[in-house]
Amino acid sequence: MTEKFDAIVIGAGMAGNAAAYTMASRGLKVLQLERGEYPGSKNVQGAILYSNMLEKIIPDFRDDAPLERHLVEQRFWMMDDTSHIGMQYRSDDFNESRPNRYTVIRAQFDKWFSRKVREAGATVLCETTVTEVARDADGKVIGVHTDRIGDVILADVVVLAEGVNGLLGTRAGLRETPKPETVALAVKEMHFLPEDVIDQRFGLKANEGCVIEAAGTISRSMAGLAFLYTNKESISIGIGCLVSDFAATMESPYDLLENFKKHPSVQPLIADSEVKEYAAHLIPEGGYKAIPQLFGNGWVVTGDAAQLNNAVHREGSNLAMTSGRLAGEAIVQVKTRGDPMIKENLALYKSKLDKSFVIKDLRKYKDMPALLHTNSRNFFTTYPQLLSQAAQNFMRVDSTPKIDKERATTAAFIKERSRWGLVSDAVRFAFAWR
Amino acid sequence: MTIAVTNLRVEEKLYQNRYVVDSGRPHIKVRPHQSPSVKLYALTSVCPAKCYELNDNGQVEITADGCMECGTCRVLCEASGEIEWNYPRGGFGVLFKFG
Repeated sequence: MTEKFDAIVIGAGMAGNAAAYTMASRGLKVLQLERGEYPGSKNVQGAILYSNMLEKIIPDFRDDAPLERHLVEQRFWMMDDTSHIGMQYRSDDFNESRPNRYTVIRAQFDKWFSRKVREAGATVLCETTVTEVARDADGKVIGVHTDRIGDVILADVVVLAEGVNGLLGTRAGLRETPKPETVALAVKEMHFLPEDVIDQRFGLKANEGCVIEAAGTISRSMAGLAFLYTNKESISIGIGCLVSDFAATMESPYDLLENFKKHPSVQPLIADSEVKEYAAHLIPEGGYKAIPQLFGNGWVVTGDAAQLNNAVHREGSNLAMTSGRLAGEAIVQVKTRGDPMIKENLALYKSKLDKSFVIKDLRKYKDMPALLHTNSRNFFTTYPQLLSQAAQNFMRVDSTPKIDKERATTAAFIKERSRWGLVSDAVRFAFAWR
Repeated sequence: MTIAVTNLRVEEKLYQNRYVVDSGRPHIKVRPHQSPSVKLYALTSVCPAKCYELNDNGQVEITADGCMECGTCRVLCEASGEIEWNYPRGGFGVLFKFG
């Protein structure tokens, strides 16, 4: 194949589809390569879709996108082995004409998104693994080699949207392989239940959805989080912890998931469901400090491959699609000016990203990964246990005078963390959050 | 006993998934070794598909058929050269129905 493209996009996830759509719909000649049998077949997410970021790409997506439920309620649970204490927010304001967040099933959503990409004029080639980037004598990326087409496929620019475990960019030396401390391993199951049973168990009306996120002894002192999302006729349930913590503790992810499913607060929610899939995926957790070089001569990197994930807010797909869109827009601008796709010109992508919520949010939490990773036992075991004991002490009515109950609770906190430890944890957390 | 129970459970989980196995062309290989490093040994517990197991000689072996291509083993053991990690050929490997 000696045909030359304006741009080649590697991967058909959120970032890749956003980039390919943005460029193709503005008239660029785009080739998108995906190693799965169909777009979405290699992709795993919780999954929550953020409307605002998709509207900036496909404003009328609600007309035909496969959406599950719009979210009206979010619960955050701190768990010990028998209890949970939580925060919960539910609002009828989320029942709006253009809801803000939806649950989606990625394999279905990605097929829809890919259809939009093809309708916009891009060529999408599935079942094609890209094996290597091609460079000219000066080191500029000029195309790719695949396992399907013999010759090099040429393009002015290559958009790397190959995901968190992307081999291509790391092999080409464009960025480092993620470290065990900067990625979490999450496992997830799809539990099917009739729609009305899900409605009843979570107190939902038609199409309303609920999210539960949970931390505590379920992660066995590792830095981790469990989740439960309601889809229309299924529940996505999973748990993820840092790979470095898994390696140090030798815990098995499926044991953690089984344990979470059996927790007395969770088990009734998924009882009698039929499991239809078990998936595993890495999640970028390194935050701002783990973001690699984002552009170079003939290439840009987007989405999970660029570690663009907000671990504090559990947002990733919106950062991915925004980075894909901004990369696409930058490339279109450079192309329109008739300038070459060299590093100096592709820096436009980075400056667009810097001005967006993507980098601003990640910079805000730049110290959070280090804090949570080095103090995982305190934040993921000790405090959830203490809070649960405090709540139970408060609610259980016996003949103990209230003043003695309060003293016992205070004493328990000081015994576990010391006065200095409590103050220092609070201060460090506040600074990392700031 | 607990190991046997765990094995059964993971196999049951993987049974729900759809795979197109590229027979005879495993996408992950373990470098021959006398005894595994700490990280390589950790894969026998940490791999979510339980692809890694200890053989009778105390060496770590891989059967990649149930691999979900998450990359955990790559992150832990590729840099040291203990494993070699490639994507399956296009169209092969795990195919998520839901993801």
